[in-house]
Amino acid sequence: MTERPALELRDLSYSYDGTPVIEGANLTVGCGEFVTVVGPNGGGKTTLIKLVLGLLRPDSGSVRVFGCRPEESKPRMGYVPQRSDIDPSFPATVLDVVLMGRLGKTRRFGMYTREDVDAAMAALVDVELAELPRRPFSKLSGGQRQRTLIARALASQPDILLLDEPTANLDIAMEQELYEILLRLKKRLTLLLVSHDLAFVSGFTDTVACVNRTVVVHTTSEVTPELINALYGRDVRFVRHDHLMGGAE
Amino acid sequence: MNEFLEAVANHAFMRHALLTGVLASVACGVMGSFVVVKRISYVAGGIAHCVLGGIGAALYLQRAHGWDALDPIYGALVAALVAAVVIGLVSLKARQRVDTVIGAVWAIGMATGILFLSKTPGYGEDLMSYLFGNILMVTGRDLWLMVALDTVVVAAALLFFKQFQSICFDEEFSRVRGINVSLYFVFLLVLTALTIVLLVTVVGIVMVIALLTIPAAVAGHFTNRLSHMMAAAIFVSVIFTTGGLAVSYGPNLPAGATIIVLAGATYLLVAVIAGARRRRRRTGGNGTTDRMVTEGDRERG
Repeated sequence: MTERPALELRDLSYSYDGTPVIEGANLTVGCGEFVTVVGPNGGGKTTLIKLVLGLLRPDSGSVRVFGCRPEESKPRMGYVPQRSDIDPSFPATVLDVVLMGRLGKTRRFGMYTREDVDAAMAALVDVELAELPRRPFSKLSGGQRQRTLIARALASQPDILLLDEPTANLDIAMEQELYEILLRLKKRLTLLLVSHDLAFVSGFTDTVACVNRTVVVHTTSEVTPELINALYGRDVRFVRHDHLMGGAE
Repeated sequence: MNEFLEAVANHAFMRHALLTGVLASVACGVMGSFVVVKRISYVAGGIAHCVLGGIGAALYLQRAHGWDALDPIYGALVAALVAAVVIGLVSLKARQRVDTVIGAVWAIGMATGILFLSKTPGYGEDLMSYLFGNILMVTGRDLWLMVALDTVVVAAALLFFKQFQSICFDEEFSRVRGINVSLYFVFLLVLTALTIVLLVTVVGIVMVIALLTIPAAVAGHFTNRLSHMMAAAIFVSVIFTTGGLAVSYGPNLPAGATIIVLAGATYLLVAVIAGARRRRRRTGGNGTTDRMVTEGDRERG
């Protein structure tokens, strides 16, 4: 573990219109870890992910992604937003959407390059959509649309993947597909997943961070309390969830 | 119809009018598609109506103060660009009540134009032609300006297609990918403003939004990619402008209004047919696409 943690939040606070949404949050995610952020609606889960992405600026405290400020680490971050924020009737093929993930890596002017298409196709293989690059985005099922957006995030070849509520509006079969894709990605990426669905994540996540204004970390891996305290800082209460350990890898 | 073809053969103004329609259609198909998929027709409407302010000011300075070189189209350009930047910044900064602000800018732009025109000697016919179009009065010099505007719009859209497509699809993701979304959004509005100035010549300020959005909306029914939508929108727009000119010539109807009625009627027809097809598919009658998707999912699951 010579590399700096993938993600490090220190005493992070953010308020919206004077109402505190996140207060004194601390969280450390090591490289290659899979952390799930759970919490009630309005508890600040999405705010937390936006602070990590650099879309929002904290009032106080710091966010470090691979040791750098979010703005500098953007090229290393892949982001899968909530599907409900996206217009499903947008005129684009699956490949068109996935290519958008190449922005920031590709040339500034003109069309996408051969290299971009190769990276996009590789990302489609990761999400098992390699046969459908020409399928219109508007004609996809909910699960396929979800996987297209994951492929878009993967197309930039990120080191950390952040997913906001990927299980929203998915049926059980689609959840199973997503589960398998994430299990495979876990082998080569750091994953941060926001979900209200603890049942979905408990099987394969390393750590569960509960967000309700502040962050409380629960772990499913076998680490000593001393190490956890050193990793996550003094403001964090440490809770062992033994019933989740059976499902952890 | 023969009458129309004869007029095209014999009169330069008819050839200019046809060419104007084609030139306007190019920018219109490209930028109209962005406006439709980004759902900013109201923003475009605000920009269009501000154009009258610029036209009014230019005419006033030209006629009442002897600034002969100041063609109203330059006033239109300046007003459209200023409106694009102002509305762009407002919609980026003031997340709430953007529509109220745009509505205010919309009305202030028009009111300013009317005030200037009321103090301009002999304004009556000008006001009508700017509000409802003057495609039959396009001069050779106007055409060159249109070619220049077209070139700027199409070149910019090609160079930055990736960025524009991405901010139209998902602003937040684009920001994570390091794109300056605010800058590209204002840039998109500036290009829309240039296109609006082109289209004002064809159908006038009041109807410009229809010509900007209807061809793209019609094209959207037949295409599944933004680039294809643009190409189809250009084609549809050429049909509308040329068809409108041809239909209006014989009975001596206003060309701009004829173009818009033709476009609007086509749009309604296409929307109704598309709606009926969707319903039939949903009830399982002749359905193909939806079922294919479901089967694909089942295989996977």
